[in-house]
Amino acid sequence: MIERTPILNAITYLIMILGLILILGPFWMIFTAATQSLQEVTAVPFNMTPGGDFFKNVHAAWDRANLGPALLNSLITSLLVMTGKIVLAALSAFAIVYFKSPLRHVFFWMVFMTLMLPLEVRVIPTYNIAADVFEPVRWIIQTLTGIELSLQWNLLNSYSGLVLPLIATATGTFLYRQFYMTLPDELAEAAKMDGARPLRFFIDILLPLSRTNMLALATIMFVYAWNQYLWPKLMTTDASYQTAMVAMRALVPSVNALPEWNVSMAGALIIMLPPLIVVAVLQRWFVRGLVSTEK
Amino acid sequence: MNKRAVFKSWWLPVLFALPQLLLILFFFYWPAISVFNWAFTLEPAFGGAGERLFVGLDNFRDVFADREYWRSVSLSLFFAFTATGLSMLIAFVLAICVDRQLKGSGLFRFFYIWPYAIAAPAVGLAFRFIFAPESGLIAVVNTWSPDLWNPAKYGSHAMILIIICFAWKWIGYNFIFMTAGLQSIPRSLLEASSMDGSGPVRRALDIQIPLLAPTLFFLLVLNLTESFVGPDTFGIVDLTTEGGPNKATDVMVYRIVSEAFRGLNYSGAAAQSLVLIALIMVFTFIQFRFVERRVHYK
Repeated sequence: MIERTPILNAITYLIMILGLILILGPFWMIFTAATQSLQEVTAVPFNMTPGGDFFKNVHAAWDRANLGPALLNSLITSLLVMTGKIVLAALSAFAIVYFKSPLRHVFFWMVFMTLMLPLEVRVIPTYNIAADVFEPVRWIIQTLTGIELSLQWNLLNSYSGLVLPLIATATGTFLYRQFYMTLPDELAEAAKMDGARPLRFFIDILLPLSRTNMLALATIMFVYAWNQYLWPKLMTTDASYQTAMVAMRALVPSVNALPEWNVSMAGALIIMLPPLIVVAVLQRWFVRGLVSTEK
Repeated sequence: MNKRAVFKSWWLPVLFALPQLLLILFFFYWPAISVFNWAFTLEPAFGGAGERLFVGLDNFRDVFADREYWRSVSLSLFFAFTATGLSMLIAFVLAICVDRQLKGSGLFRFFYIWPYAIAAPAVGLAFRFIFAPESGLIAVVNTWSPDLWNPAKYGSHAMILIIICFAWKWIGYNFIFMTAGLQSIPRSLLEASSMDGSGPVRRALDIQIPLLAPTLFFLLVLNLTESFVGPDTFGIVDLTTEGGPNKATDVMVYRIVSEAFRGLNYSGAAAQSLVLIALIMVFTFIQFRFVERRVHYK
């Protein structure tokens, strides 16, 4: 606006700076604590200047939480979940938008309803089915035909178990559906006229056009997958499949031990860095993905 | 959702939908059916074989008769409303300030989004340190008078701690949507009103806030749902207070998960889950009705 409002501007800046302290303060505290020695970090009042023990603390945290394999597991599962979600979303939305079938509404609603079934309310049965994926199949076959099968597939302590139950995506499907809806009908008409079959249209026209969507979806899904906690915590009893988020639990100082917050914070800092980098560096895409999936 | 140009094939859409369909059938609907089944039945005594015993609404009666349950419900309500209110208020003030587009506000916006990137358990761990009674930022008050602040000992302090964690994390998310909402208000509207002599405060009160109302409503419902049943609440509670001290932060999500796993009371947990699912449905219904009306496809 054109008017001059020096006092109001000053107040605005003041509020924004206070906001910045509120937001960045915790980050700064995590960082400084991670660089201090045990003696410095337990000092009261807390000293807000960094110390010199950063690499020592990182090393200690790395050993204590077994961060090497944990970070690798997190990276692998996050990338798989991210890719899986994008592929599934693009495929499902294509089936919903570009084919006329009464079943598409049923399918769309079934995908939508999953939003109302968060993991927290179905932990035990989801755990059970991950332990024995073919249980429903066996049950159905047995009630229908009476034949008892010995088909078994255990997902616990495996990458498939970390990934598969997290891949279904209602929000991603919405995003893709919405994107397909905004494309002009003429595009599909022209493609059909030129003799393109559905698969060709999907691969050569829809996918290239949806590149921006894909990137936006990829950023939010990566952050989502990296930050998963409850599911990996439940289903990995074998430490070699632990993700970083679960490994973080080992960093909480126990009641009777030394309060080694410097080590905890060094570990926390490393674990929260990858999604933070995604959000900070790819912020445009991240915000875009977030805003468009929630519409 | 109708397109004029569609392809004709019956098996292709099935093939395309199949992967997602299988995943949701196996990992969402089958477990949901189990929850439903467990909520109305009981395991045969001593884990014996045979059919589960149908007990009607008995499991619900047990749950509702438990005072601990109602305590958990009221704790959840308190947590959800305070955390949502706090988070939205702060995000709103910041969004309005940033939207004035003063010099350098882009930099502020860049940082305000950061909290959303941090996982709830990490937020919990960090704030557990920052608000620890023996070290960190707040410990200094305990040198004035012992135990002035001790979330490990006092339930109310623990509740404040988890509210701060949740509110802080969600400032980022709320801020993103509020700035997006404010940006979609036509500049010409604000310019016209400033021509008529309104100052920035008047414009905020009479133009920006009313036009932002749909966004605020959407965020309100979403924040309430997330704080009530969301994974973030579980992650935060698990890394900070673990439901304690003395169950003072035993919110509903945390209670369900811990009861199912530690208490092995599947039927009770299933009944509580169903109540929660019903609540989510109400929330989602409100949101969906409202959102669908707002979005128009060409």
